[in-house]
Amino acid sequence: MKRYTTTAIVLHWLMALLILAMLTLGHYMHDLKLSPLKLQLYSYHKWAGVSLLLLAVLRIVWRLTHKPPELVLPCWQQVASSSVHGLLYLLFIAMPLSGWLMSSAKGIQTIWFGLIPLPDMVEKNEALGHLLGKVHGSLSSLLLLLIGLHIAAALKHQFIDRDQLLSRILPGKSSKGKLP
Amino acid sequence: MNMIKIALPALLLFASSVQAVEYGTFQMNQSALNFAYKQMGVPMQGKFKQFSAQIAFDPAKPGNARAHIDVNLASIDTGSTDANEEVAGKLWFDAKTYPLASFVSSGVKAAGGNNYQVSGKLSIKGKTLDIVTPVTIKTDGKRAIIDGSFNIKRLAYGIGTGEWADLSTVADDVQIVFHLIVFAAPVIPSSTH
Repeated sequence: MKRYTTTAIVLHWLMALLILAMLTLGHYMHDLKLSPLKLQLYSYHKWAGVSLLLLAVLRIVWRLTHKPPELVLPCWQQVASSSVHGLLYLLFIAMPLSGWLMSSAKGIQTIWFGLIPLPDMVEKNEALGHLLGKVHGSLSSLLLLLIGLHIAAALKHQFIDRDQLLSRILPGKSSKGKLP
Repeated sequence: MNMIKIALPALLLFASSVQAVEYGTFQMNQSALNFAYKQMGVPMQGKFKQFSAQIAFDPAKPGNARAHIDVNLASIDTGSTDANEEVAGKLWFDAKTYPLASFVSSGVKAAGGNNYQVSGKLSIKGKTLDIVTPVTIKTDGKRAIIDGSFNIKRLAYGIGTGEWADLSTVADDVQIVFHLIVFAAPVIPSSTH
């Protein structure tokens, strides 16, 4: 079975790790009492979020310029797969963007790694900041749901269908297909 | 006869505006007390919503100018409710024990044009330190507009101790920016008092 390009595989797993870490961190830090640790974690979360936004742009450009390996699936699976992947890509952009805007609306500029200031695209506005916080949180729940579906589908193909679909995105294996 | 009725008050008005005017009626609702600091390297701004000032300023005798400013620390607005509650607490202002910060001037020096140098004592959280701040004062006969800013080190006053003493999270330097409007002191007829 043909595999994804090495770049696509690296981007997939790098973003997968970062996104899972960010979802965990986001939920953890949100409930913390105000403390230096909380302020630090929020900054790290924002820095990682901006990094993820750049990775997402890179990934989308790569995806549009490199056809993924062809795959024959039943029609309903084709539709489900395209929908989930499409929504995931959408959230790769919407998650960091809503976070960035929320930060601006709350009056806190995002300075990437403490070095590169991002422009505030909205002015400080308490109500808008609150709203964007809700949006960011809801999108994170949707993202978690989609990731769950994505993993469940991959596991189904691997262990129920046993169609080696997963090997397309796994690192290290030969592109010649399965070993005897 | 009517001419005299009109002309007399007008003359008096004219006379009073030529005389040196002392500015002494503080206008809270037109004044502002803001501060700026850095949090995780990000410039942040806040303000105090309640403060009072007793100011006396005569442009002809700036050396005699006086200022006494009291700031209600619980009226702080950092931009978030969480932070407002936190900074009123013991580690920051301990606003229950020390509700007011105060500045009392000890000297005013003219520094050319509208510029002055004001020195005085700033007391916060039971600590009193000497500060000097440049000030510009513009007057138009009706009001004096006083602007200036100076920096303090928050830890010198014990603001943000304990876990907050870590300066890499909230910086030590805090800039205080003030904009004070003082109206000309009302002329009180000496015969009635």
